Amino acid sequence: MSEHSEHEHHIVSPKVYVAIFAALLILTGLTVAASYLEMGVFNAVVALAIAVIKATLVVLFFMHVKYSTKLTKLTVGAGLFTFIVLVGMTLCDYITRAWGRW
Amino acid sequence: MSSATIVNLPDQSTARIPKMNYLSKENGLLSWLLTGDHKRIAILYLISISFFFFIGGALAGLIRLELLTPQSDLLATDTYNKVFSMHGIIMIFFFLVPSVPATLGNFLIPLMIGAKDLALPKINLLSWYLYVGAGILAIYAMITGGVDTGWTFTTPLSTHYVNTNVITTGIAIFIAGFSSIFTGLNFIVTIHKMRCPGMTWFRMPLFVWGHYATSILMVLGTPVLAIALVLVILERTVGIGVFDPAKGGDPLLFQHLFWFYSHPAVYIMILPGMAVISEVISTFSRKRVFGYTAVAFSSVAIAVFGFFVWAHHMFIMGISNYSVLIFSLLTMLVAVPSAIKIFNWAFTLYKGSITFETPMLYAFGFMGLFTIGGMTGIFLGTSGTDIHLTETYFIVAHFHFVMVGGMLMAFLAGLHFWWPKMTGRMYPEKISQLAALVTFIGFNLTFFPQFILGTLGMPRRYASYPPEFQVLNVFSTAGATILGVGYLLPVLYLTWSLKYGEIAGDNPWQATGLEWQMQSPPLTENFREIPIMDHEAYDYEWLERQKEKEVASVG
Repeated sequence: MSEHSEHEHHIVSPKVYVAIFAALLILTGLTVAASYLEMGVFNAVVALAIAVIKATLVVLFFMHVKYSTKLTKLTVGAGLFTFIVLVGMTLCDYITRAWGRW
Repeated sequence: MSSATIVNLPDQSTARIPKMNYLSKENGLLSWLLTGDHKRIAILYLISISFFFFIGGALAGLIRLELLTPQSDLLATDTYNKVFSMHGIIMIFFFLVPSVPATLGNFLIPLMIGAKDLALPKINLLSWYLYVGAGILAIYAMITGGVDTGWTFTTPLSTHYVNTNVITTGIAIFIAGFSSIFTGLNFIVTIHKMRCPGMTWFRMPLFVWGHYATSILMVLGTPVLAIALVLVILERTVGIGVFDPAKGGDPLLFQHLFWFYSHPAVYIMILPGMAVISEVISTFSRKRVFGYTAVAFSSVAIAVFGFFVWAHHMFIMGISNYSVLIFSLLTMLVAVPSAIKIFNWAFTLYKGSITFETPMLYAFGFMGLFTIGGMTGIFLGTSGTDIHLTETYFIVAHFHFVMVGGMLMAFLAGLHFWWPKMTGRMYPEKISQLAALVTFIGFNLTFFPQFILGTLGMPRRYASYPPEFQVLNVFSTAGATILGVGYLLPVLYLTWSLKYGEIAGDNPWQATGLEWQMQSPPLTENFREIPIMDHEAYDYEWLERQKEKEVASVG
């Protein structure tokens, strides 16, 4: 990793920011719209999926992770990985409780 | 004990402490309270964690005194609950978690990797202020009624049933958590960005590797503890219901969140201890640590595996059988990297020129006691035996073997080992060897009977017990008094040595680390010029050549 690239900040054009902002607004509208549809358990799934997409956009563009060094990406990835372990393995317990005893 | 020693002190009649050093650079209270110097912050931490250790120790003394007799006679039962809760909270969050990283790690990491300070000196100072603020809040909570949930804040007890200072204590731990996150963050950035030229990842001392792994755990795990505590506070204040089955919540969710941090926290506590032991074992057997790379990666492996085993604290709490199976199997995995370390240290000793200075005695104590603590962890990780042993004194003995027998021994090993570097003066050797021995004997007498009590079925967290358990409890209490002496001695002679200890010189142990190639105590800016690392870690031949060069140039 060269010293040079670390201190050079990528300049994001206003166009990108506006586009991401628009995307976030559209997705918010979509969340509201989806809440009116009757989808059973999938209501929560859809709402969460849209929220995840929005969060990803914010992290990548507004927080500049897309333009950052590999080390920063790895750091973000590590946080995400830990979060998946937490939720995933906790769900292992919740899902299998209904199976009863072996 | 033979007279063989590697200690090499300068001629005491001419030796002086260097006039310019980090302690003498500035004077006055403000120069300490507003310092950005990692070495001074380490000293501030050392003083504060010692203070909390003695509060926690006094509470432990009360617990053991109460358990001298089968009846609950010294303390009322609910007072006893508060005493053991506060003992756990103070020892874990205010002593064990910051013990080695915030003191020795803070002091040594920049010196070891050839940097002038940590990457974020102000954040470092902030972390100490947060720690002190949190500590004061915890003590305030203790004085104004205490908390009786145990250090685990288990729901629904903590959210629905108790009327003690859960919220204040929760906030205190929340703040202490941020102090710990800042320390971890600082170490990660420093180790990534501030290594001197030539200091590649695999030339770093294993001390730095251990702290790197610890920092990962601090940064990734601690936020989850913060979340869990905030949820408990919200549950108590506004009744949000995440842990309340009546509102569709689940009390076990709290334990999942809590142990997701608190199991890795066990490794936050022990990894820095292992980091110290690697340095001590190498120095006092005059050999490169056997299997350097394996020991380095085993630290990282412990950090990663540590996130996959938390539910072994919950086997009898009502989680599903299938998840018990998975977590029990995964728990076995974490034993592997710990065993790698123990075996590699043993191989480092093999054919080494071993000497028995105090740090080495503590390190031997660590190796034996940690192994017992770790192996009994396997008993507990096996779901069948866990059902019998959990919530008994077997658990208490197990984690005290790891935490006190392991971590505290390692802390004392490190403190003695780097004391000459931190203060410029030696501690008195004979009495400190005695203290190490007293600690070891006292420790075994205190905690070994508790293994037997546990297998006999004595439950933990009760102020009274059936009379047939008394003999072993008397042994345990007697051991605790010996252990107390073992911990009081270092405070006395280390304080004494600040003024009367022998002048240590740059490198009293003939050790190879960069921190030993500079004056003791170090300059505020550590290095006059940034060093260049041109040899592997623990290269004793390089050290010999350096000495020859010096002799040649002086001659």
